[in-house]
Amino acid sequence: MNLLGKLTWAALPLDQPIPMIASAAVALGILAVLAWVVLSGHFPYLWREWITSVDHKHIGVMYCLLALVMLLRGFSDAIMMRSQQAVAFHAPGYLPPEHYDQVFSAHGTIMIFFVAMPFVIGLMNFVVPLQLGVRDVAFPTLNSVSFWLTATGALLVNLSLGIGEFARTGWLPYPPLSELTYSPGVGVDYYLWSLQISGVGTLLTGINFVTTILKLRAPGMSYLRMPMFCWTALASNLLIVAAFPILTATLAMLILDRYLGFHFFTNEAGGNVMMFMNLIWAWGHPEVYILVLPAFGVFSEVVSTFSGKPLFGYRSMVIATMAICLLSFMVWLHHFFTMGAGADVNAVFGVMSMIIAVPTGVKVFNWLFTMYGGRIRFETPVLWSIGFMVTFVIGGMTGVLLAVPPADFLLHNSLFLVAHFHNVIIGGVLFGAFAGYEYWFPKAFGFRLHGGLGKAAFWCWLIGFYLAFMPLYVVGLEGMTRRMQHYDVPAWHPWLLLAAAGSVVILIGICCQIAQLWISIARREALRDVTGDPWDGRSLEWSTASPPPAFNYAVLPDVRGEDAYWSIKRAAGEPASPAYEAIEVPRNSPTGFVCAFFATVMGFALIWHIWWMAIAGLIGAGATFVVFAWRDRTEEVIPAAEVERIDRQNLQARAQALAGKAASA
Amino acid sequence: MDTQRRPPAPGRGGRLRQAAAACLLAPLGGCYGVLDPQGPVGAGEKLILLDALAIMLAIVIPVIVAALGFAWWFRASNSRARYLPDWEFSGRIELVVWSIPALVIMFLGGLAWISSHDLDPAQPLPATPGQPTLQVEVVSLDWKWLFIYPDQGVASVNQLVVPAGTPLHLRLTSGSVMTAFFVPQLGGMIYTMNGMVTQLNLQADRPGAYAGLASHFSGDGFSGMHFETRAVPPAAFAAWVAAAKSAGPVLDGPAYVALSRQSQDVAPFTYRAATPRLFEQIATLQLPPGPGPAATPARAP
Repeated sequence: MNLLGKLTWAALPLDQPIPMIASAAVALGILAVLAWVVLSGHFPYLWREWITSVDHKHIGVMYCLLALVMLLRGFSDAIMMRSQQAVAFHAPGYLPPEHYDQVFSAHGTIMIFFVAMPFVIGLMNFVVPLQLGVRDVAFPTLNSVSFWLTATGALLVNLSLGIGEFARTGWLPYPPLSELTYSPGVGVDYYLWSLQISGVGTLLTGINFVTTILKLRAPGMSYLRMPMFCWTALASNLLIVAAFPILTATLAMLILDRYLGFHFFTNEAGGNVMMFMNLIWAWGHPEVYILVLPAFGVFSEVVSTFSGKPLFGYRSMVIATMAICLLSFMVWLHHFFTMGAGADVNAVFGVMSMIIAVPTGVKVFNWLFTMYGGRIRFETPVLWSIGFMVTFVIGGMTGVLLAVPPADFLLHNSLFLVAHFHNVIIGGVLFGAFAGYEYWFPKAFGFRLHGGLGKAAFWCWLIGFYLAFMPLYVVGLEGMTRRMQHYDVPAWHPWLLLAAAGSVVILIGICCQIAQLWISIARREALRDVTGDPWDGRSLEWSTASPPPAFNYAVLPDVRGEDAYWSIKRAAGEPASPAYEAIEVPRNSPTGFVCAFFATVMGFALIWHIWWMAIAGLIGAGATFVVFAWRDRTEEVIPAAEVERIDRQNLQARAQALAGKAASA
Repeated sequence: MDTQRRPPAPGRGGRLRQAAAACLLAPLGGCYGVLDPQGPVGAGEKLILLDALAIMLAIVIPVIVAALGFAWWFRASNSRARYLPDWEFSGRIELVVWSIPALVIMFLGGLAWISSHDLDPAQPLPATPGQPTLQVEVVSLDWKWLFIYPDQGVASVNQLVVPAGTPLHLRLTSGSVMTAFFVPQLGGMIYTMNGMVTQLNLQADRPGAYAGLASHFSGDGFSGMHFETRAVPPAAFAAWVAAAKSAGPVLDGPAYVALSRQSQDVAPFTYRAATPRLFEQIATLQLPPGPGPAATPARAP
């Protein structure tokens, strides 16, 4: 028996300079960071405050950090694709097909599962309990497990860069191409196991947040007093709970096909590729709304706060959000109108898809009327929001075009489609995530991000986006299909050069963001905010200190209406001397980290058919949970005196800052 | 039974305008793509595309203008703008913001419903007098296209020759992985799937060469998997069939199995004869699907 399964030295891409150098650089970078952490003595701090933390705020920050790091990886893939297509006119370019195919598959997989998902989940983690006025999520340790399983998935995808290969099938591995006959390598297995493991984490997040929002809210926080972001988070997590099991089951069937000779989706023995497409899109379309609904929530908060007005048509927005949540499950077939299902089926799904545009349109109008009569302060989050409104309606319009079946027969799978979904995912999800990142950063760290660099980053992203993707609409209309490694149609070439230039402008935007983070940390004293309320906010998270104490609120807020903190500020009085009580907070636990370690081992072993190691990983992960379940102490108590000391200190700092502000005004 | 509805054909002036629009989009190359249709199906689909676009622009442009206008006018530094700090509901506006998208979508939904039925790819095109519909059987392979002409008894690879002005009825399947058949200027993309048969009706109105391609990613050789569609006058088509019959190999079971092995950038060629019902044997898996990369042992035919 071979102890290392399929793993041999041939798995290292020694003959391919690009992945070799890239993976070596990444490995060296990680080692350097680890060495610095250990040598400078930061490791105990990291272990105590972050790695084993079950505090939703720390987990949220780690999710966002993971998303930002993976954005760099996913964007490198994007730059490679755009430059390959810029040069591959009548030429093979610099990326051979077997490499190019991995690049676009990895780009899509990473951007959806390891950038967009962790970013919105990170924002929800950080913000939702604060906005609900509670001290943590329903299951804090499970939350940590979710995060670390997501990180496991990201790690496995990146391992494929240096050991073996990634899938060459596109970001959704349509069979029979993804079956063993046509993809005998480990690429598809890397895809399958990293998504299965991170998918478990996402499902646990969904359960956690649905429970949190339904069962844990501050006194007086009725459903119709929840901030819009909490509503969209609820809708998004309901979708996760409903949709992710479909993904897990679908990928499990493909795993059975590949590992145990089943025939769910094979050509032979009655397998059916159409079943895979129906199932994967029954998850895939709700997934789009899992991502974009929280972004809608961010825009609702940002537009309302910086207009100095309540959200216009709050109840309409709630209805629209839940309508989108429901409708998103009834439109999956529009991803394959060209399968030939027949006019009635296509027409029904086309019309259903268009109906989603109604609640979405209502949301856009309500944001417009939220701005109407406002006093809009053009801070960076507002720029992202207005950029979103303009960009997203264009993306929505091309989406409805593609929902007309005969129009889809011309544009399906073309670069028009690629331009459309980047238009809504960059213009909707990513702009929303960036708006949220700018908006809540001061809450998380107690200082703002540098404004000028933030605005520069916004303009680069906006201009870069239009430069990079409007040409793709054009080449799509000129008949160019997606995922081409080379081509010889002269009409496409200038547009693809323009698109490559656009990706360079986006690159400048990303550099601005890195510089912004760096400079903001370096100048954090100048950018410090001790009021806890730098934007004149309206919801509860702005009523506590920045960064909030471990227990979030010394005394749970008493909510008397919508825009809870706004009405408190108007009433001009927090209780002068609240009655402090001891607060129980969940104890830190390494369960998530240890479990994810074993999950990584198991995933890697399954990919390479190292069966003994897979069993060891599985047992290890299971044993971690048993150990956790038998723990003696679950919570720690912060004594009332300590709560009082921290709270008084924060209140005093805030009072001083406000007095200083009043004096200088 | 008159169930055959003719897709709307653009008038002559319209055609000129369309050609101009298509050429505007292609400054350095020739006209190409879905905005320059060369047959009734592509023209009908393009018309629907432009109609839907026009309907939506009527609402999208005002929204964009309003977004920028509201943001600009209600900027904090504008002292002339009225500040309404508590204005959060207006039943009348709510009614309007739900009605406008709903009405537009009802209109567009009707368009989608009718056009889906008019332009159903499986629906036969009206026959041209004296020109019987040409039957073509299409098989996508790794990574080339096989076209079988059952009535003529010939076959070709990566080359689809058809008589201009004649309706085509295509039946499509895949001999390996899934992909899609697409001639942008004729319209009507459709998937090809192993073990299944899809249908497509097309027509090229005028003689010409129209690029065709695989429009669903199918593996490493995907980018080279294109074919030329040559629409020729009917007499030239008959001559092409005669020429094809006079030379080239015979397409039978073993020849098909050999062809189904993976190969890239295959130059067009013809088969002088094709075994009858070969397409059915492929579609029902009596002939095995392609063997995949050479690393896996090929199955016996």
